[in-house]
Amino acid sequence: MTDLALPARVRRLRRPGSVGTTVAVVVLAGVVAAALLAPILWPLDQSAVDLSRTRLAPSPEHLAGTDDLGRDVAVRSLYGLRVSLLVGAVAALVAAVIGGLVGAVAGSVGGWVDRALMRVVDTVAALPHLLLGIFIVAMLRPSLGAVIASIALTHWLSTARIVRSELLSLRNRPFVDAAISGGAGRVRVLTRHLLPHVLPRLALATTLMVPHAVWHETALSFLGLGLPPHLASIGNMINDGQRSLLTGAWWASIVPGLLLVAATLALAVLTGRWRDRLDPRVRAELHL
Amino acid sequence: MTITVPGATDTAAPGGAPAGGLAAHQVSVAYGGQRVLDRVDLHIAPGETVGLRGPSGSGKSTLARVLALLHAPDSGHVTIDGQPLGGVRHRLPAALRTRVAVLFQSPRAATDPRLSLADIVAEPLRATGTPREQAAARAAELADLAGLTPDLLTRRPHAVSDGQLQRACLARALVHRPDYLLCDEATAMLDASTQAHVAAVIGDYQRRQGAGVLVITHDPALMARWATRVVDLPTA
Repeated sequence: MTDLALPARVRRLRRPGSVGTTVAVVVLAGVVAAALLAPILWPLDQSAVDLSRTRLAPSPEHLAGTDDLGRDVAVRSLYGLRVSLLVGAVAALVAAVIGGLVGAVAGSVGGWVDRALMRVVDTVAALPHLLLGIFIVAMLRPSLGAVIASIALTHWLSTARIVRSELLSLRNRPFVDAAISGGAGRVRVLTRHLLPHVLPRLALATTLMVPHAVWHETALSFLGLGLPPHLASIGNMINDGQRSLLTGAWWASIVPGLLLVAATLALAVLTGRWRDRLDPRVRAELHL
Repeated sequence: MTITVPGATDTAAPGGAPAGGLAAHQVSVAYGGQRVLDRVDLHIAPGETVGLRGPSGSGKSTLARVLALLHAPDSGHVTIDGQPLGGVRHRLPAALRTRVAVLFQSPRAATDPRLSLADIVAEPLRATGTPREQAAARAAELADLAGLTPDLLTRRPHAVSDGQLQRACLARALVHRPDYLLCDEATAMLDASTQAHVAAVIGDYQRRQGAGVLVITHDPALMARWATRVVDLPTA
């Protein structure tokens, strides 16, 4: 089959790298590398202030200017992004573990256990998750752990549903029947024949959750419920920077905001491409 | 010999049936409001080949799944050697489940696409605790019997034909030396030579082990050649 005979989406996925994907890879790699290397390249005392250099506009010396306490916005944005990415990744991972366990039990045991667990999922899903997250953070001492717990405990529902639905569709397939007929126990069927088929979907759902969790952390910090104010986090910086907006120092909130948009957008583009490649119809057309 | 009895299917089944064998007693199954089996009896004696035929939708595959201990009937029950079984799937011990093997119509749907053919054949042994080396040796022996060459054993299902995959399924089905083998249109997707080879391997196994075989097929020639007794399953 010539390439021209294939649907546009398949042709796009067949190419080794589209412009969008290449840009996303470069942006994400650059931003993440800068954030990871920031403590080595630009050591920063998080509590240091310099009142003689407040609200300086972007210049070669301060690429993104300074904030109202004289701190370099570019360097603090990178430190803030480290926190956001860490919280996003760990919270998404914890949410995937909780959701994966609930979904695995519901999907493989079935019956009243499935119904009971799914009612719990429906109940938690019925609550506004930002409000529930704020409630959880308020119950705990403000810390990185509290923010992660808050996000993880409000974001495991989608992975639970994904794992459950995948297991329900898999567990009556003839190859699972053959395994049961061949003497495989429940655990063997689950670990050898079911979960390996679910893991790619679970990994994709977890990765898609990372940008969402990053924004959630930012929202909590913006509301003053995240990290202590002197520590750099994107939410804290946008919150601090909104005061500077009125004095014309736009860079104090816009730069960390743009950095966050760039990193999460690049991540979303790449996971979207991954999701397309997991689509069975696309896989069949790509002969994967 | 052909026996056709509407409703209660198998005149050789319960009541006048011998204690030995795999039997369905007054089995009824419905999907939603649609009844597909209505008080069906079927008996497969050790060493016997029973042919099961009926129009599409008459419940042949459902009856095979009930006999394979994979589907719980709404009413009625299954016995092995006269012993009623109190459940299906994981509610029964592995030693009982492995006495009945199934050869499904679609080998592609019946195999885990992630496993190599060698792993597919050895999997029932590994699942029941057989050491890896012993399982591999037994799998290689059965693969050879089923006509699979060693180079095919390293491939995954997507890299072999339906016929080659069904040979692997046949080897897997025989790996526990089952007392009963249920072939649910197992040769429908195969070419004539593979069909003949599968039938020959099953016939040879049956002679050696004295296993009971259920053959479901729409092919009258195959049914006439293979089955010693044919049961018609009317639409419920």
